[in-house]
Amino acid sequence: MRRFDYYRAETLEHASRLLTELGDDTFLFNGGTDLLVEIRERLRRVRNVVDIKQIPGLSDITYDETRGLTFGALVTVGRLENLSLVRQQYPNLRAALASLGSIQVRNRATVVGNICRASPSADTIPPLVADGAFVHIYSRTDMRVVPIAEFFTGPGKTVLAKGEIVTGITVPPAADNIGKAYLKHGRRKAMELSTVGVAVSLAMDEGVCSDVRIALGAVGATVLRAPQAEAMLRGSRLDAATVRKAADKAMEECTPISNVRASADYRRDMVGVLTGRAIRQALETFA
Amino acid sequence: MKRMVEFIVNGEAREMAVDGCRSLLDALRDDVGLTGTKKGCDVGDCGACTVLVDGEPVNACLMLAVEAEGRSVETVEGLQPGVDRLHPLQDAFMRHGASQCGFCTPGILMMAKKLLDDNPSPTDEEIRFGLSGNICRCTGYTKIFDAIKSAAREMEAARP
Ligand SMILES: Cc1cc2nc3c(=O)[nH]c(=O)nc-3n(C[C@@H](O)[C@@H](O)[C@H](O)COP(=O)(O)OP(=O)(O)OC[C@H]3O[C@@H](n4cnc5c(N)ncnc54)[C@H](O)[C@@H]3O)c2cc1C
Ligand code: FES
Ligand code: FES
Repeated sequence: MRRFDYYRAETLEHASRLLTELGDDTFLFNGGTDLLVEIRERLRRVRNVVDIKQIPGLSDITYDETRGLTFGALVTVGRLENLSLVRQQYPNLRAALASLGSIQVRNRATVVGNICRASPSADTIPPLVADGAFVHIYSRTDMRVVPIAEFFTGPGKTVLAKGEIVTGITVPPAADNIGKAYLKHGRRKAMELSTVGVAVSLAMDEGVCSDVRIALGAVGATVLRAPQAEAMLRGSRLDAATVRKAADKAMEECTPISNVRASADYRRDMVGVLTGRAIRQALETFA
Repeated sequence: MKRMVEFIVNGEAREMAVDGCRSLLDALRDDVGLTGTKKGCDVGDCGACTVLVDGEPVNACLMLAVEAEGRSVETVEGLQPGVDRLHPLQDAFMRHGASQCGFCTPGILMMAKKLLDDNPSPTDEEIRFGLSGNICRCTGYTKIFDAIKSAAREMEAARP
């Protein structure tokens, strides 16, 4: 294994200072499920890791009817997955959490680490984008809040500047008129990265779709929205013909590549299938 | 730079000096001398290195030894309830032939222990879900599932 030095940060300020002072090739160490794999497989040069798990105040989970669900940077995938609140109010996020790696991995991996790694196939990103989540970012001069759709700038790239740390994520509250789904498609059922992941969150008012967000994973440089497909659905009764047309539009809006997991054509076809299916599943909430 | 780490392994307090980049897996095997926990892939894919940390299953290859500070770690060596006595899971694995090369067995035993501690009579589906991070390239899993179900029944029957 490649050698690196280990630092344990006591506070956010301390972690941020270490990130800037230790120089290049210094990374925050959270659950380590991406970082340690990338070090072992020589995908990333790492000289120093800064463990943030002893920093107080980053492990909380709170829910509030106006703000929604807020969880800290250290909250593991497994902890959120097993929360009945998440099961009931965020079935889309819950589906993504339960599909991520194994129980052993989920006991260590964090949702914040999953978004900070910014993989186009990361499972927690599509449901968070479809729900319009916000990312809380600390820097030594101020705090800022960024809509998650604006957090990613490319594969593995985010808006985080040197020394900035994500402290948590807020997901807006669920409501009786909102239906949600996340569908992950891979070559096998478990221990699999997404070939395509589709999240849909939609609001229905008197049988008419008043709002909808579609988020497509693993078919672009970042998780994508499908704005034209969304526009076709908004204001409609989500009848079968409209849903099919919107799913076709989502196929046009994605920009997949071919890699070891699937060809671009196959991915595009699956976006069509899964978008239709996810809309129908989100509607089942009201059945 | 080495750091001192104080932790508990299978109920016994231990102290070791480790490099910051050393995995818990390497520390358990090479520093503590507990080689029951296996290294299959070293990247979280196979589950051969599964140990329980404060009761929760994790891949020891994806945790640093320095993170074990103040924690309690259980490995397959701690599964036996006493000298010359086997855990019902170990006994059932032997009777059912649930181990061939045996490389996956320590990890599967620890995962199965956690599964049965939380859920004394799991369904087939629950066993499959619970073991999805443990890969066996020999048995085809059928005998492993049979052994776990058999151990579950025996543990249930033995409960007062
Ligand atoms: C066997 C295996 C299977 C997997 N399967 C899946 C899967 O099915 N789906 C999926 O989406 N992922 C999967 N993953 C990856 C998943 O475990 C990670 O993406 C995880 O969620 C990252 O969180 P972490 O806490 O482990 O991050 P770390 O590895 O600690 O960090 C990841 C990156 O984020 C940065 N970072 C961490 N915290 C912060 C912070 N607070 N502020 C700023 N930057 C930060 C780190 O510096 C690093 O660059 C798998 C991993 C393994 C090993
Ligand atoms: S050795 Fe740890 S999961 Fe394979
Ligand atoms: S018995 Fe050989 S890997 Fe499972």
